[in-house]
Amino acid sequence: MSNIFPKWTNRLPLLVLAGGLLLGGGVVTGVTYYFTPKYTNVGYQPLQPVSFSHKIHAGELGMDCRYCHNGVEKSWFSNIPAASTCMNCHSVVLKDDLRLAPIRESHEKQTPVPWVQIHKTPDYVYFNHSVHVNRGISCVHCHGKINEMDEVRHEKTLSMAFCLDCHRTAHEKIRPLEQVYNLNWKSDGFTPEREGRALAGKLGVEGSTSCSVCHR
Amino acid sequence: MSATSDHTPAYTTTTPAELQRVPLVQNQRSLAWISDKVAGIIEDDAPRWWWYAFIPSFLIATVGFASIGYLITTGVGVWGLNNPVMWGWAIVNFVWWIGIGHAGTLISAILFLLRQKWRTSINRTAEAMTIFAVMCAGIFPAIHVGRVWLVWYPLPIPNANDIWPQFRSPLLWDVFAVSTYFTVSLLFWYMGLIPDLATIRDRLRLQAQHLTGPAAQFINKAKQAVYGFFALGWTGSNRHWSHYEKAYLLLAGLSTPLVLSVHSIVSFDFAVSQVPGWHTTIFPPYFVAGAIFSGFGMVLTLMIPLRSLFKLEEIITERHIELMCKVTLATGSIVGYAYGMEFFIAWYGGNPYELYAFKNRAFGPYWWAYWIMVSCNVISPQFFWFKKIRTNMVAVFVLSIFVNIGMWFERFVIVVTSLHRDFLPSNWGYYSPTLMDVLTYVGTMGFFMTLFLLFIRFLPLIAISEVKGVTPQADPHHELGGAQKEVSH
Repeated sequence: MSNIFPKWTNRLPLLVLAGGLLLGGGVVTGVTYYFTPKYTNVGYQPLQPVSFSHKIHAGELGMDCRYCHNGVEKSWFSNIPAASTCMNCHSVVLKDDLRLAPIRESHEKQTPVPWVQIHKTPDYVYFNHSVHVNRGISCVHCHGKINEMDEVRHEKTLSMAFCLDCHRTAHEKIRPLEQVYNLNWKSDGFTPEREGRALAGKLGVEGSTSCSVCHR
Repeated sequence: MSATSDHTPAYTTTTPAELQRVPLVQNQRSLAWISDKVAGIIEDDAPRWWWYAFIPSFLIATVGFASIGYLITTGVGVWGLNNPVMWGWAIVNFVWWIGIGHAGTLISAILFLLRQKWRTSINRTAEAMTIFAVMCAGIFPAIHVGRVWLVWYPLPIPNANDIWPQFRSPLLWDVFAVSTYFTVSLLFWYMGLIPDLATIRDRLRLQAQHLTGPAAQFINKAKQAVYGFFALGWTGSNRHWSHYEKAYLLLAGLSTPLVLSVHSIVSFDFAVSQVPGWHTTIFPPYFVAGAIFSGFGMVLTLMIPLRSLFKLEEIITERHIELMCKVTLATGSIVGYAYGMEFFIAWYGGNPYELYAFKNRAFGPYWWAYWIMVSCNVISPQFFWFKKIRTNMVAVFVLSIFVNIGMWFERFVIVVTSLHRDFLPSNWGYYSPTLMDVLTYVGTMGFFMTLFLLFIRFLPLIAISEVKGVTPQADPHHELGGAQKEVSH
């Protein structure tokens, strides 16, 4: 009787194994790369109505973050400033610049500037800015070096793993309260193991990883 | 013993006539007859009754899956679940199916290790039943989570959320226990099939010589390719057989603890909680006994019609049915003992909440479920004490149906009556299923029957090679040794 299968089918198990490994590896790599916040969020930089440069304002001019985002210490929400805040200076500086037309219009008509929000937490996550900045966690941890960006882009993943990483090792991220808004701070002489733990203890930072801390 | 030559011994040393066991294959059928008989079921056209069974089963399965589709698109609110009965039919059905899935591996693994040769006639079908039952069982936990697209959460997969399964939860152990059980059962079943698949393949090649017409030739070739693919190049050589036997023994050893572990862990889903009526240490052994009880009940329900429809009475003999009845009787009595012991401990333990839960079980709003359970599970197997009943196929069939019903009600009683009286009386409620509950449950029965009917149609439903091995003729020194002779009837 003739054989049912041709001879090459003897190699079939090996081929299936190799193919399976390739396919499985490809799927894992693809999902890891394309389906995680690293890919979907990081680098997001929408076109804003005004090309406001944080690099000039917060970097070169050295303005404090809180000059504009003045609710950050008191509220869960870090507010976007109203046009009136801009006009404090821009009624004098570049007062007729075309690029600032939407700001002036907003100021006159009392309508908000349609800024596009970049950093968002999902609606099932509770995030409180004031809790973080008042416990020695700097803006830079979540937003990156805003003071070096012309226009703001999504720098960090802001994934759950990202939050948990910091909540598990808060003493490595904590810094003296007066340095929270200094995005260029260098931790000279401030070691996580000694000063970091001491400060975390003093400020009562627990870095809890209980579900209900964020999912209320 | 002192040997004194001047005394005649007080006893004679003649060996008494050996009691002959009833042979496992009757009428001294030859090995070729067994092959022809079992393979013939696949090779012949489907009998009419097969279609009468298959079409409704398939339609019912379709309705079941449609109801699952409705559940997924709408939400678990389409079921009768609500506070305080958060686990309803889904979990009842899950435990029921998983329990049914216990007979297969018990028959194939534990009875194999215990050298119970009668297992050979029923193990293939029982294992298939196990696999299909576990498939039906697996549907329920997957769909009861509500958001089915998140059902992968219990798997330890590294993810961007940095969350890991809660390994202290028995629900998670359940995921591992059931999936391990399914995998090992499937491997065990498939490995046992390999020699028989090769038999079918080789028979197809022989039949090809007598076929005319390109269509028939093509179908034959396609079948050869499919059976040949799954036969993995089995030639029946000595080396193949010795590897096969070794692997079979190893898998039997691996499966044996699983028979006990799976339902123990299913029982932990309840026993590890704090709910009175669930939080009892008797649960693991009681669940395992109940599982084997229900599994054998289902094997009997399936086997009795099967053996008469396919005229397999000479291979699945009355003795097989009787032995299964005895297992059912033993495990049924253990279950009955467990029911009694639960009540005793509820009283003896002195915990008023526990005692209330059990009183409420028997005399509360769900008294009817409790007494259906007791009559089906405790009383009905006791009929198997009588040989007259064990050898009466109609009676055994009817009793096996009662076992299936009773075991479903047992899970209903455990799940629902324990939950419907919550710790706060203001939460108390009465749970009733909705139409969707019923359709999903009946749908899985249709799914099960569809798979089972396809199995008996396309795969040898009796382990041909194993049955041959336990016939007297398999011994080459037997007077009918080998495939030499056949006693004509």
